[in-house]
Amino acid sequence: MSDWPDVRLHVVTGKGGTGKSTVAAALALALAGDGKRVLLCEVEGRQGIARMFDVDPLPYEERRLTTGLPDEGGRTGVVHALHIDPESALLEYLSMYYKLGRAGRALDRFGVIEFATTIAPGVRDVLLTGKVFEAVQRNSRNKSAIEYDAVVLDAPPTGRIAQFLNVSNELAGLARMGPIKSQSDHMMTLFRSPRTAVHLVTVLEEMPVQETADGIAELRKVGLPVGGVVVNLVRPRDLSAEHLAAARAGKLDRAEIAEQLEAGGIDVDDTLVDGLLAEARDHAERRALEDSQRALVKELDVPTYDLPRLPQGIDLGSLYELAGLMREQGMA
Amino acid sequence: MKARTRVGPLSTSKAPALDVDALIDDPATGIIVCCGSGGVGKTTTSAALALRAAERGRKVVVLTIDPARRLAQSMGIEQLDNTPRPVSEVDPAQGGSLDAMMLDMKRTFDEVVESQATPEKARQILENPFYIALSSSFAGTQEYMAMEKLGQIHADARTDGSYDLIVVDTPPSRSALDFLDAPERLSSFLDGRFIRLMLAPARGPAKLMTAGFGVITNALNKILGGQVLRDLQMFVAALDTVFGGFRQRAQKTYALLQADGTAFLVVAAPEPDALREAAYFVERLSEDRMPLAGLVVNRATPAPVGDLTADEAMAAAVRLRKRDPRSVVAGLLRLHADRSRLVEREARLREGFASAHPQVATAVVPALAGDVHDLDGLRRVGDLLAGG
Repeated sequence: MSDWPDVRLHVVTGKGGTGKSTVAAALALALAGDGKRVLLCEVEGRQGIARMFDVDPLPYEERRLTTGLPDEGGRTGVVHALHIDPESALLEYLSMYYKLGRAGRALDRFGVIEFATTIAPGVRDVLLTGKVFEAVQRNSRNKSAIEYDAVVLDAPPTGRIAQFLNVSNELAGLARMGPIKSQSDHMMTLFRSPRTAVHLVTVLEEMPVQETADGIAELRKVGLPVGGVVVNLVRPRDLSAEHLAAARAGKLDRAEIAEQLEAGGIDVDDTLVDGLLAEARDHAERRALEDSQRALVKELDVPTYDLPRLPQGIDLGSLYELAGLMREQGMA
Repeated sequence: MKARTRVGPLSTSKAPALDVDALIDDPATGIIVCCGSGGVGKTTTSAALALRAAERGRKVVVLTIDPARRLAQSMGIEQLDNTPRPVSEVDPAQGGSLDAMMLDMKRTFDEVVESQATPEKARQILENPFYIALSSSFAGTQEYMAMEKLGQIHADARTDGSYDLIVVDTPPSRSALDFLDAPERLSSFLDGRFIRLMLAPARGPAKLMTAGFGVITNALNKILGGQVLRDLQMFVAALDTVFGGFRQRAQKTYALLQADGTAFLVVAAPEPDALREAAYFVERLSEDRMPLAGLVVNRATPAPVGDLTADEAMAAAVRLRKRDPRSVVAGLLRLHADRSRLVEREARLREGFASAHPQVATAVVPALAGDVHDLDGLRRVGDLLAGG
């Protein structure tokens, strides 16, 4: 059973290097079981989705990407993908709401589109989130568009996420009234509702955990709903606490290790035993760091989900593997 | 930590080794710019290099963007005040020193405006909502301001001899390239058609007030409301007076980056995305004739000792687990297998980079088991950077 049954918009953020795009993609796969339709959006112009799923670069247009992770009964859903760039979003917005026609083209010709999207940051964020909002709020009035059961947004990093979603505030200084203002207020209603969850991806290191804590505090301050914390790239847990302590203290029994290695059919020499002991000490130190950071994550008091570091790296198969782990833990 | 060398095919890298000490000891090196995509350890690398250079006798200032809190505290720069502060506990035996500062983007921007405009005009600009949005956002402004601050410190250092080496950490941008493009983007924005159009009425002859412009102002009024357009016009008109200054400064800093005393270090992690960004950056630097010193691959998994392969280790682990499910040796063997596979994968990624860019000198820095949050940690990273 999912921990987030009412959530339609899953926003995934995280510090650079924590694997937020991977987590967003795996979450989309995990949500797309049993006939569900899921949209995976990216807004940072990176074409990361295309790379992860090994397809051609995505246009500003919803594309069927792949089937989701099947459930126990083998029933699967579909994941669509959308690459949102601010220029296209602005032109679409203008033609949709203002029927601008000639003026829309003139705006482009006079560099207004460029101006609005490259330099006025609030405007750019509103355009990006506006398109996501449209995909979530879609209803049967729009016959040609697909209605999604869930939308997953691969969002900007943790340091910027509250500002990014808090669109009406960002615009407040610029547009104090007028249609843009009321539309952004409308968007905020969705973003602040229980139908939205902002998930934060972290790794068990000092700075990412600190940023996650700061990000959660900021989100709460502006009334945006905090979802779960995804602890990514977790190291293997092959040694017990007792053995880890012994490894850290350099007290693992050499003779016993050599004996067991031989029993396992390995040619033993001192170099090998020294090497394994050194590896164990490094690992134990790293685990101690992870444990101390995990205690901090626990204090955040939000649901957490663990994803392992996969030694082979991320390919299409491992995305489904991660999706399976998310579903097992109730994230989807 | 004892240096480990590995015998076998993985140790033969195609890339020449980067001699970090030769770089920081060379008195001709005046600026080192550390760039790379977010989350690869740029800040730590810059701080470690700066400390090492200082303790080897250089007079160094390091300009950081967003250091981890405890690291910032240990360097005495937890406050954003845009002024370099001396870092205590730097070993002065070789006659060097280290100052550090954390960049306050908005304040740097404000200072540029204040230095370029009359107090009256400056106040108008600083209070304008468009200026506030522009100067406090992260959309390229931070990159531009890092360059701006570098230019300032460099000019000051040249007149008063305060520093002979500036180490710059670049902002955690989406793409490493943003850093190079920011000044150009800002100055082309200020030169943009739209801005010129907005200025046209203020400049007199109404010949630019074409029918097209009427359509635009109408459209903008409709979408944004009249207030926004008036704010925008005021902003643009006010900024017009400082235009030239902005552009000139951006060009000067760009030229500074191309000069001989500058060295770029591209920082990456042994991950496909980070190395791809590093490759773009290396290509871009050579296109722009910017001096590349080399590549730093951070957080590399330390190579295991001995020649026990991952497959052998896993097979033995399975056998041992069957006899004793809690076997500690099985655990050790699985860790060994995990590490060997990571090392192989990282080596493959690095070789891929080296094949495409064989001329780029590379330093591989093994991952530390713990976090770096004090000067001793930075010294350790510095040793590793220098190959120790």
